[in-house]
Amino acid sequence: MTTLTDPPKESFRLSMLIYDSRYRSMTIQIVALIAVLTLIGWLISNTAQNLADLGKQPSFSFLGESAGYDINQRLIDYENQDSHLRAAFVGLLNTLLVAFMGCIAATLVGVFVGVLRLSNNWVVARLMTIYVEMFRNVPVLLWIILVMAILIETLPAPRAFRGETPEASMMLGDSVAFTNRGFYVPEPLFSRGIGDVHLFGEAALRFDVSLDLIAVVATFIAGLLISGLITRRADRIQAATGDRPRTWHWKAAVIVIPTVAVLAILGFYLGKPELQGFNFAGGTHMRNSLIALWLALSLYTAAFIAEIVRAGILAISKGQTEAAAALGLRQRRIMSLVVLPQALRVIIPPLISQYLNLTKNSSLAIAVGYMDITGTLMGITLNQTGRELETILIGMLIYLTISLTISFVMNLYNDAVKLRER
Amino acid sequence: MNDLSFVRTEMLPERDPPPSTTGVIGWLRKNMFDGVWNTLLTIASIGLIVWVLGHILPWIWSPTWNAGSLDQCREIVGASGKASGACWGVIHERWPQMLYGFYPAELRLRPTLAFFLLFIALIPVLFNMISRRMNWFLLALVLFVATFFTASSALMIVVQIVLAAAVLYIGYTLVANSGSDRAEQIAAGARRLPNPLIFTALYVFLMPWLLWGGTIWTPVGAALGFVIGWLVFRLLAPVLGTLTAIILAFAAPVLWWLLLNGLFASAMHAILPFGLEPVESRQFGGLLLSVTIGVTAIAVSLPMGIVLALGRQSDLVIVKSLSVIFIEFIRGVPLITLLFVASVLLNIFLPPGTDFDIILRVIIMATVFASAYMAEVIRGGLAALPKGQYEAADALGLDYWKAQRLIIMPQALKISIPGIVSTFIGLFKDTTLVSIIGLLDPVGLSNSIRADTNWNGIVWELYGFIALLFFIFTFSMSRYSMYLERRLRTDHR
Repeated sequence: MTTLTDPPKESFRLSMLIYDSRYRSMTIQIVALIAVLTLIGWLISNTAQNLADLGKQPSFSFLGESAGYDINQRLIDYENQDSHLRAAFVGLLNTLLVAFMGCIAATLVGVFVGVLRLSNNWVVARLMTIYVEMFRNVPVLLWIILVMAILIETLPAPRAFRGETPEASMMLGDSVAFTNRGFYVPEPLFSRGIGDVHLFGEAALRFDVSLDLIAVVATFIAGLLISGLITRRADRIQAATGDRPRTWHWKAAVIVIPTVAVLAILGFYLGKPELQGFNFAGGTHMRNSLIALWLALSLYTAAFIAEIVRAGILAISKGQTEAAAALGLRQRRIMSLVVLPQALRVIIPPLISQYLNLTKNSSLAIAVGYMDITGTLMGITLNQTGRELETILIGMLIYLTISLTISFVMNLYNDAVKLRER
Repeated sequence: MNDLSFVRTEMLPERDPPPSTTGVIGWLRKNMFDGVWNTLLTIASIGLIVWVLGHILPWIWSPTWNAGSLDQCREIVGASGKASGACWGVIHERWPQMLYGFYPAELRLRPTLAFFLLFIALIPVLFNMISRRMNWFLLALVLFVATFFTASSALMIVVQIVLAAAVLYIGYTLVANSGSDRAEQIAAGARRLPNPLIFTALYVFLMPWLLWGGTIWTPVGAALGFVIGWLVFRLLAPVLGTLTAIILAFAAPVLWWLLLNGLFASAMHAILPFGLEPVESRQFGGLLLSVTIGVTAIAVSLPMGIVLALGRQSDLVIVKSLSVIFIEFIRGVPLITLLFVASVLLNIFLPPGTDFDIILRVIIMATVFASAYMAEVIRGGLAALPKGQYEAADALGLDYWKAQRLIIMPQALKISIPGIVSTFIGLFKDTTLVSIIGLLDPVGLSNSIRADTNWNGIVWELYGFIALLFFIFTFSMSRYSMYLERRLRTDHR
C-alpha cells in the first residue's frame, strides 16, 4: 500500500526572491518601481532646491495676472488687459483651429494625390510621386518658413489695391483679397440673428456661442439624418422588390431646402472686406501666419496621407475587385461597396497618427508668429512671468490631452469599422 | 463524301502584334492617351510641367555665383536682360557655414572625416553584400586620403606610408582573389581579416573625440569601462554566481565612469599627452549640428527603445505601466516642448551647479523623444512575430533573456528596420526645430543670413539649398529602407 504524501513544505528563504520564478517577477517589479521613484524623487528634490535658490516658489497665480500683450489672430474676444489664462485659452483655440483646418485639407489633398498616384496615366502618376517625395523629404519647419516668406514677398500690399488703376484687384466678385498681410475673406453675418449665448460670464474661459450658427448647423445635420432615413427606406424597398427607387432629388431637397429656409429667416448675408484707407476693413482677416502654417502643414501631411491611401488601396487584393465585378456590380459600386470599406480598415490607424502629427507639428507656429498655445503660454507668457516650470508643464499637459482625445475618438471610429472576427 | 471541308494541315507563322499596341506608340497609347479623359489629363500635366520648368530653368541659369550682395546680383541679372534670376552668390559665400556652422575652419577635416567614417562603420550593419576585405580597404583608403589634408609632419609621413601600404596590400588581395571562391581561398591558407564590426564599435568612441577633440584618453577610458564590465563578469561569474556577477558587471563600469575616468584621463594625459584641439559645442552649427544630433540620438535611442518595448510587452504590471506612461507621454507632446525643457528646464532638474551645454541637453531630450518612437517601432516588430516563435523558444527551455537574444530580437529587429530608418528620417528632419531655441542649424543660420544687409530679401536660393541638403539625406535613406525591405522579404509573396 502506498501513501500519497504532500511534498515537504518549503520554508521561505531570502534567495527565493531571486531564484524562484514565483517571486522573481515581484522582486524585479518592486526594484524597478523603487528605482523609478528614487529617480523622480531625486529630480523633484533637485528642482525644489534649484527653485529655492532662485527664489521662485512654484505657483500658478501668474495665470490670473494681466497678460499685457496683444494677440492678432483670435477666435474670441481678447484685450491685452485680460489674464494670462485667457491668453492661453485664445492660443489653445488657435491651435485647435489650425489643426482642424489642416486635418481636413490634408485629407482632401492626400486622398486625391494617393488615388492619382495609382492612375494608369504615366505622367500624372509621376507628377504625384514628385509631389510626395518633395514634401516628405524636406523638414516641415522649412516648408512653413518658406510658405511664409513666399506670402510676404510675392503677394501685393493692401495699398496696391487702391487708386483708379490698382496694381492688384480682389477676386470672386470683389469679395476676397490676397495681400501680403493675409487673406481677407467675407464673413457670414445675420441681419435678423437671434444673438449669442455668453458662456461662463466674465471668467477667463468665457466665450460666445452664436445661436444663429447652431440653428443653421442643426438644421443641416437634421437634413443629413433624414436623407439617411430615405436611403434606408430605398434599401428596404430594393430588398423587397428588387427595384431601387430614385432618391437623390428627395435627399437633395431635405438637405438644401430647410437649411436655405433657416438662412433666409435669419437674414444671412456675407460681410465683404472693403478697402478703407490703407487697409481692408470688414470681412474676416486670416493673417498670413495662419495661412502659411495651414498650407505648409496640410501639404506636408497630405504627402504622408497619400502614401497611406495608396498602400490601403493596394492592400485590397485584386480578387475582391474581380469577385465584385463577377457579381455584376458596376465600377462605382465596386469602389464604394467593396474596395473602400476594406481599404478604410487599413488606412484609418495610420491616418490617426498623421492627424496627431499634424496637431503636434502645429506647435511650429512659433516660427512664423502665429499665436497658438506654444506662442502664447510657452512663448510670451513664459518670457514675461519667468515661470518656466509651470507654463511648460501646463502646455505639455494640454498637448497630451489633445493627443489622447484625438486618438480616443479616432479609435472609437476605428472600432466601428473594424473587421468583426468570429 | 464531305470533301468540301477544309482542314489546315500546317501551322500559320506567328504574326507580330499590331504596331499600335507595341513599342513606343503602344506604350504611349496605353499609359498616356488611353481615352479622352486620360488624354486631357496628360496634356494638362505636360502643360503644367512645361510652365513650371519654363519659369524655373531660366531663373536657375543665372551667372551670379561670384556676386557679393543681393544688389550686385540684381545688377548682373539686369545686365543680362532677364526679369528675374537666382542669386547664387549667397550660397557661394555661405555654404561652408551652412555645412559646419562656426566650427574652426582649419579643423573642418575632423567632422568631414567623422562623417565618412560613419558610413564605413555602418556598412557592416547596413549592407551584407560587401566583403570584409572591401570594408577594410575602404577604411584604409578614407584614412589615407584624409592624411593629405593634414599639416605634414614626420609622424604624418610615417602614418601615410603605413596607410598606403595597407591600401595597396588589401587592394592587391581584393583584385587577386576576386575570381576564386572564398571557401577555396581559406582552404588554400588565406587569412581572414578581422570582423569590420570591430571598427564600428571603436567608432562609437572615435566620433565624439573627432568632433569635440580633447585628449584621447577620455574616449579610451570610456571604452575601458566596457572592458572592465566584461572582465568583472568573466572573473566573478564562477565565484559569485551569474546574477550577482551581472549586477556587479553593470555597477563597476558606472562607478568607473563617474569616479575614476576623469582621473585616469588626466593622469594618462600627463604621461602621454596626445589629443586634438578641443572644440566647444557652441561652435557646432549647420548640417554638422543636425547630423550630430540625429545620429547620436538615434544610436542611443535604439537600446533604450528595445528596453521600453520589452517593458511594454512584458507581463509585469508595474514595469508595463511605467513603460506605457513614458511612451505615451513623450509621443503625446510635440518635440518643441521637449526642446523647451532642454533649453530652460533641464538644468533646474539636475543637482545645483550642474551646467550641461545646450547642445548636450538638446541631444538628451532628442534621445528621450526618439526612444519613445523607437519603442513603438520595435513593439510593432515584436507583435508581428508569430506566437509560435515565442512558444518554440519556451519549448527549447530557453529562459527569457536567452529567448529574446537568440530567437525573438534578431527577427523582431529585422522586421522593424524599415520603421527604424523612417524614425531616423523623421528625427533628422525634426532637428531643424532646434533653430527655434536659438541653435544655429541650417534653418537657424538662414535667419541670420537673411538679416544680413547684403542678403536681405533672399528667399528661394537659401531655402532651396537647405531643402536640397535635407532632401539628399532623407531621400537616399528612404530609398535604402525600400532596398532593405526588398532584401529582407524572405517570404514568397
